[in-house]
Amino acid sequence: MELLGLLSDGFLVAFEPLNLGLIVLGVVVGLFVGAMPGLGSVNGVAILLPMTFLVPPASAIMFLAALYYGAMYGGAISSIMLGIPGASTAVATTFDGRPLAMQGEADKALIAAALASFAGGTISVILFTLFAPPLASVALDFGDPEIFALMILAFATFVGLSGDDIAKTIFSICIGMVMSAIGFDIISGEPRLVLFDLIGFQSKINFLVLAIGIYGIGEMMWTIEVSRGETMMSKATITWERTMSNLKIIWGTWKAWLMGSGLGFFVGILPAAGATPGSLMAYGVAKMTSKDPSRFGKGAVEGVVAPEAANNAASTGSMLPMLTLGIPGSPTTAVLLGGMVIWGLQPGPRLFVTETDFVWGLIASLYAANLFAVIINIAFIPLFLWFLRTPFTILAPLIFVLSMVGGYASTERMFDVWLMLILGVGGYLMRKLDYPVAPAVLAIVLGPIAEPALRQSLLISGGDAMVFFNRPIAGPITIIALVLLFLPAIQFVWRKYVRGAKQTAG
Amino acid sequence: MRRAEIITAALMAGLSLYLMFKSMELPIGWIPGEGPGGGFWPFWLAACMFGSTVWIAINWFRRSSPPSQSEEPYLDSYAMKMFILVGGGVTGMIALVEIIGMHLAAAVFLIYYIRFLGGHSWKVTLGIALPTPVITFLFFDIALRKFLPTGLMDPLYIPLYDIFL
Repeated sequence: MELLGLLSDGFLVAFEPLNLGLIVLGVVVGLFVGAMPGLGSVNGVAILLPMTFLVPPASAIMFLAALYYGAMYGGAISSIMLGIPGASTAVATTFDGRPLAMQGEADKALIAAALASFAGGTISVILFTLFAPPLASVALDFGDPEIFALMILAFATFVGLSGDDIAKTIFSICIGMVMSAIGFDIISGEPRLVLFDLIGFQSKINFLVLAIGIYGIGEMMWTIEVSRGETMMSKATITWERTMSNLKIIWGTWKAWLMGSGLGFFVGILPAAGATPGSLMAYGVAKMTSKDPSRFGKGAVEGVVAPEAANNAASTGSMLPMLTLGIPGSPTTAVLLGGMVIWGLQPGPRLFVTETDFVWGLIASLYAANLFAVIINIAFIPLFLWFLRTPFTILAPLIFVLSMVGGYASTERMFDVWLMLILGVGGYLMRKLDYPVAPAVLAIVLGPIAEPALRQSLLISGGDAMVFFNRPIAGPITIIALVLLFLPAIQFVWRKYVRGAKQTAG
Repeated sequence: MRRAEIITAALMAGLSLYLMFKSMELPIGWIPGEGPGGGFWPFWLAACMFGSTVWIAINWFRRSSPPSQSEEPYLDSYAMKMFILVGGGVTGMIALVEIIGMHLAAAVFLIYYIRFLGGHSWKVTLGIALPTPVITFLFFDIALRKFLPTGLMDPLYIPLYDIFL
């Protein structure tokens, strides 16, 4: 009952006129951002975060969270209509969404994607509401060793589960952490890592400089190269009769969207996983459990609803560790978390005690954003299709301008604009060689939390690293983190020796 | 691609060593009563970076990573052309900020990109390039009070500030 009381208070905050207006605006912007190939929720949140300084912090984060949600819906539109995922989270949607569009059933795919997103979003927000308070109350007892163990766990998931090159993932994590250490020592206050003795490095690198550089400039350069300006738009016929018959077919796929929602939520909680692997896994499970897997890849509606339910559920799931533990579950939530710090809100379990209105307002806003997203998505499908025809040669320069202006506005230093350009171009060139960029963004946000936690823990223990193993909460977390860190090595040994020996014996 | 992989790894190894060296300006060991010194954290992270680059080099030598096996060019002719035109354009826009200010630099960049790279008509180009600086001025300088750089054009903005602020 207490939960319902808090949630209803949250709705009162979320339904304040300013907040409600921003939620609707966030959903609309998110739908457009998600629909544009090459732009995803993280790009939208990173580029638009500096624009939110106009409104109070709680309203700003509701706007950005709604944008995050809207982008998850929007990603499906270009996956289906252009065959190009609007964001990496919608890659799995192309597998069956595009064949449906090519068969003249784009409307079925679009409506299926929207309704599955709604189901995924709603189920995951309910799970979020149930899980967040108990997790936050456990986390209230966390000391420095537990916090540092969680940081290790967050990065270990990247190494163990992301599937990227391990050496390059470790490099990316470490360079992000080092960047967060530039400027001055956060404990003694002494100048530190003033690179090349440049004055600009005498203060901290704002995480937005890296985030906008990578997700604004770098991502645009990547998209320009990869898309080569070639797109082919499908046609969508939307009539009342067709919509009604499509709804019946979509309702029949309830097992797929229910599975996608649950799977997406729990995968979304893991920092390295998030919406992209969540949706791919949901697609795989839907295919595996289908009575006729051969339909997949040729226009199966389950192949659209499972990944779409999963990517929306994962976006909510990724907010769970962000709000309760102060650890982002995805690059987008890393940027949101960085934004919260700028706005003076210290992410972590204490938020549930000190900022009850904010936390429950945000949770309630997710319910509202989900509802508005499905309505706006379905009602304005023709508008999104028209917008998708905007040539990239108009959109790209506007994003470059927004990146430059937003990058300057966040710190008001031209040095940071130049640094953003260097990091963006550098990120693009490194990405071509398979260096993952997301761990670096997470690391620059988490670095200032991880370093004092480590140093304080070691100070308490007199330099004994066992402090991370012999405490009841920190110990298991550290052990899980180590298992994840060594998971690729364990898998390698398993494949090479154990399975090899079995095959030889067989 | 293969050559780019090892060159990048070498450059990153150099950067890691430099970061280790810079970290040593503060104590990297244990300070009695204070715990680890200020250089401890970045030093060991940079050491991990260096270790990763060695690992990348070993993978390159063993041809076990996709870029180390690839014979494709790192930047093909299209990618190189776009890199120069787009990257150069953005660099030019930021350089112009120091001279004509951010609002006008944005307008010049939009004209360059939309008209000359995108091949759109002057009507479309100016329809986007001209309102953009007005919108950024009203949003950032006036609404947010975040004054974007005006460069040598500063005198032109004073009357505008007088009107709006």
